[in-house]
Amino acid sequence: MTSTLTISRLTKSFGGVHALTDVSLTVTPGERVALLGHNGAGKSTLMKIILGLISPDSGEISVCGATPGDAEARERVAYLPENAAFHSALTGLEQITFYMRLRGVDLKGARDLLGRVGLGDAATRRLGTYSKGMRQRVGLAQALIGHPRLLVLDEPTSGLDPVSRRDFYELLDGLAAEGAAILLSSHALTEVEARTDRLLILSGGRMVAEGSLSDLRSEAALPVALHVTAINGYASELMEAFPNAIQTKEGLHLTCAQDDKLATLARISEMRGKVADLEVIPPSLEDIYSHFSRRDGQ
Amino acid sequence: MIARILATARIEANIARRNRWVLIAVLLMVVFSLVLSAAGSAPTGALGADRLSVVVASLTSLSVYLVPLVALLMSFDAIAGEVERGTLPLLLTYPVARWEVLAGKLLAHVAILIVALVAGYGSAALIAILNDAEAVAGLGALWRLTWTSVLLGATFLGIGYAVSALSRRASGAAGLAIGVWLGLVVLYDLGLLAAVVADDGGFFTTQVFPAALLANPADAFRLFNLSAAEASAAASGVAGAAGAIPQWQSLGSVVIWPFLALALAALTFRKVDA
Repeated sequence: MTSTLTISRLTKSFGGVHALTDVSLTVTPGERVALLGHNGAGKSTLMKIILGLISPDSGEISVCGATPGDAEARERVAYLPENAAFHSALTGLEQITFYMRLRGVDLKGARDLLGRVGLGDAATRRLGTYSKGMRQRVGLAQALIGHPRLLVLDEPTSGLDPVSRRDFYELLDGLAAEGAAILLSSHALTEVEARTDRLLILSGGRMVAEGSLSDLRSEAALPVALHVTAINGYASELMEAFPNAIQTKEGLHLTCAQDDKLATLARISEMRGKVADLEVIPPSLEDIYSHFSRRDGQ
Repeated sequence: MIARILATARIEANIARRNRWVLIAVLLMVVFSLVLSAAGSAPTGALGADRLSVVVASLTSLSVYLVPLVALLMSFDAIAGEVERGTLPLLLTYPVARWEVLAGKLLAHVAILIVALVAGYGSAALIAILNDAEAVAGLGALWRLTWTSVLLGATFLGIGYAVSALSRRASGAAGLAIGVWLGLVVLYDLGLLAAVVADDGGFFTTQVFPAALLANPADAFRLFNLSAAEASAAASGVAGAAGAIPQWQSLGSVVIWPFLALALAALTFRKVDA
């Protein structure tokens, strides 16, 4: 299947500062891709290039077979800015109707659209009275207009409460099922993990990792942490058995490589009579993320 | 294309209505027009002109100041406001061209201006005709004043958009707009008059001065209306000094300026980064 978004060797710098260096990626129809990276990693720059708002210094980019910013590309791409802003004097319905007119879409669906993002009751209120979460939902509603082939969502869930976040990802699932490609940036790693097909990690303008979470987990090869609670009085004996462990108030904290995990567990289970409890802590998404985003000398 | 321009015009009209700009523009024009027509009603008989023509001459002098001011007030926020609110990047990802955005805003603002002008000039004309049936003879002059006022307004809307795109901040744009108004409408004439007085009928007065008047959209507007009006004798100052300028030249300036100003606006808007 041909990809909706193809980027190869994209480079962009602002006055000598490298915002993006040699970035390549593809997003296929129906795929949900999360773009991760800390502030200044180049996420927004990349998105603005995809949208045609700024042009790259070098590299190739194709959006639905067109050049970003072309009328053809703009008709098929929807964007949700990081802080969706609107004119406070307008009502939600007026704003959405305006965007629908620009896309040449039948206006009958305006109220339904606002209803889909949970703003049905607030449709005729002025945007100035909306909370941040409500404005974000207006932003989301406008991104849904006219069945876009590619959705570029910059921090889409910031300002949304947990229930709205779940609803939001359900909406995305529906869009992806219809064949829309979705590229979203986020700081909320745990929700991205469960709700996207692939992760991209940008750091210092470079793509430092790409793949599903389990791919990244094995690639990072981060150590597993084990937390052993000793039965009263046996802590020092356990310490002798595991000289590398760190003794804490609750027990022993030790780490081992992924490959040594079973061997270490076997050694612990040999000391069955002295161990009250055992907890295995795999590297968290945050650990994996920091591993990749720090690798380039950050 | 047309649908997108109309959509933009519609949303801009809504914003202007909510922000009370429509009300302010209409009130400003009506109040000043009524004050002028009341003040200008005394000397009619002596001049031999009908009452409405005299009112139109007064309205011309008023509009030279007021129409550019109203146009700049409506337009200074047009692009700087979008940049400052952060609504521009999203708008530019839509399948709408920048010139279409500008055309939509222009359409809405010109429509508001027309409403204000018709309300202001109309009420002044109504009073003149009610008081003096002969005043109907001045309707031609009133019509000329109205459409040239719309063109003058469009010129200053274009200048306002350009100022707005250049400064990229609403507060900066407001300051710059007031500066433009002072410069083009007030100080320009004062400077010219001072030069004419100092020159005392020399090269500047005969060669540079007429060209300088034509180059300024506000002066060209005044020249055209006063030279066309029967009651030009009621006018004083710049118009009297430049009576020698042919009418087609001032008409040309009045007609060309809106296109120049809007082209300038489109050019500066193109340079604004999203």
